[in-house]
Amino acid sequence: MSKPDNTPAGWLEARLPIISAFRREYVDFAMPRNLTYLWNFGAFATIALALLIVSGIFLALNYTPSVAEAFNSIETIDRHVSSGWLVRAIHMGGVSMLFAALYVHMARSLYYGSYKAPRELLWLTGLGLFILVMIAAFAGYILPWGQMSYWGATVVINAMNAVPLIGPALASWLLGGEGLGSVALHRIYVLHFVTAFSIIGVIVLHVAALHVVGSNNPTGVEPKTSADVVPFHPYYTTKDGLGLCLFLMVYAALIFFAPDLLTLANNYAMANPLVTPGDITPEWYFAPFYAILRAVPSKLGGLILTAGSLVVLFAVPWLDRSPVRSARYRPVLRWALLALFAAFIALGVAGMHKPTGLWLALSRISVAYYYAYFLILLPFLPRVEITRPEPATLRGEGA
Amino acid sequence: MKRYFLGVFLALPLSAQAATPEQRGFQVYRQVCSTCHSLNHVTFADLSGIGLAVPDIKAYAASRQVPDGLDDDGDPKTRAAHPSDPIGSPYPNEAMARLANHGDLPPDFSRLAMTEEGGARRIETILRSYAPKPSDVVLAPGSYYNTAFAQNHIGMPPPLHDGQVTYADGTKATIPQMSHDVGAFLDWVAHPHREARSHTGLVVLIYLAGLGTLLALLKRRVWKRVKETRQ
Repeated sequence: MSKPDNTPAGWLEARLPIISAFRREYVDFAMPRNLTYLWNFGAFATIALALLIVSGIFLALNYTPSVAEAFNSIETIDRHVSSGWLVRAIHMGGVSMLFAALYVHMARSLYYGSYKAPRELLWLTGLGLFILVMIAAFAGYILPWGQMSYWGATVVINAMNAVPLIGPALASWLLGGEGLGSVALHRIYVLHFVTAFSIIGVIVLHVAALHVVGSNNPTGVEPKTSADVVPFHPYYTTKDGLGLCLFLMVYAALIFFAPDLLTLANNYAMANPLVTPGDITPEWYFAPFYAILRAVPSKLGGLILTAGSLVVLFAVPWLDRSPVRSARYRPVLRWALLALFAAFIALGVAGMHKPTGLWLALSRISVAYYYAYFLILLPFLPRVEITRPEPATLRGEGA
Repeated sequence: MKRYFLGVFLALPLSAQAATPEQRGFQVYRQVCSTCHSLNHVTFADLSGIGLAVPDIKAYAASRQVPDGLDDDGDPKTRAAHPSDPIGSPYPNEAMARLANHGDLPPDFSRLAMTEEGGARRIETILRSYAPKPSDVVLAPGSYYNTAFAQNHIGMPPPLHDGQVTYADGTKATIPQMSHDVGAFLDWVAHPHREARSHTGLVVLIYLAGLGTLLALLKRRVWKRVKETRQ
């Protein structure tokens, strides 16, 4: 590996060994050989985020964060800035693609027990990323200053105000004291890109943690011999590459052929504090949490349930008492988990509808099950569940 | 590819001869709708997107006066609009617009085909759904009978009548025809880059499909080694 000091690579290696580090972590790095395409979604999320940041920089060049000009500047980007419509479409589509990738990525971790020792920090940094992405997405959605931007922000600020003790102070700190106006918009703009750049930093932690403990795999059995692993390159570069190509095709189909799916038409009307839209609907990726927020007839109660639905995820590595990682070998948990996914999707659908009648009932049942899964099934199911034998190796040999 | 683009450029002036629905709709907008409705985010120059010729754009811009700061005595002055100016509103401000319209503000057209539920088709339906008021219906002043609405009335007086404009291409200007053309124009106004969008999308998808096929072959070839050593 060590090269003579008289080559440029050798010179660099002696001073800053980034070439060998890259080779170690991204070329020779040992990966379980049995990963499915579900293990591609972390790469998808990274690429979606990279596209968001690059397109975001170009949008920022043309955006004006003031109540009078924000909406106009977005219209100018969409209509007059050269390729502005494309950059904005990439940015708007990127959010949906990022959230979609993250939801699948998290669901995969839950299914295959990727949060269990020794990967707790991987799970925690990942959740930190998810929350930062949510903050960035919320702040970003306010920036175009359309009707949904304004009223969506109003809903969240009202929710913030309902937090005892710190809520009103936090809300007035964000707003800058004069209601949802230019000062607030400027702060939200800064919050948007500061959060976006913080995400890069946390991704570094997330990936560093991954490279210490290694990837989990569908069996949940750690690789034991060299026969269980393959080098990252060329095996997973080609597999990720192929997956990425398909991911980009979905992304492109969305932004080029179904751009109206990405946005609520209402947001193309400028924010008007005097006209409340008939129903304030969130973007699809916030819908499950919006449904939880409105599932109980108390503002503070809804807020606690919503925040709790995220907080409980942080405890998952310690709530799950089963020594078996993969749901493949846990016949009861497997169905319970699929039901959790169904409940989460049901919350998403309910979040897009008015919280009355059947939709309200559906959100209540779903949120009850969501909590029951994490607080009752995860800790207590291992006492009664008879798990199937795990294979001796991740190649599936010997039971 | 180059030849294909060349072909498009050569064909453009030819297709501009026969007026498109968007061009006819613009003519109706200019002669009828624009007396009340603004286009605040669309510039005169943007109209080249529906094939309007540069001299026509310049002439249209020059026919409009826009505010131009203050003169030496401190009085507001105006100038002829430039092609880069927004087409804007026929009224100097919102208060004047409301004063002229029973207190209502005629909606801006820039994104109307997007924000109006049902889009351009809905706008077309509204325009052609005016009818004589049945004798048993009582309407408030400033309301007009229109069957496109659940309450059967609208604040906008019937804007179109047969033969109101004379289409340059000889198309007969009936109310359904003009309604359709206005709908087409507003659809373009709300989605000005739709054509470029779907064209770019097609190129991107074809490229990615090609790249994906190659990557699938490469991946299969690489992973074959693992499958062979497995036995």
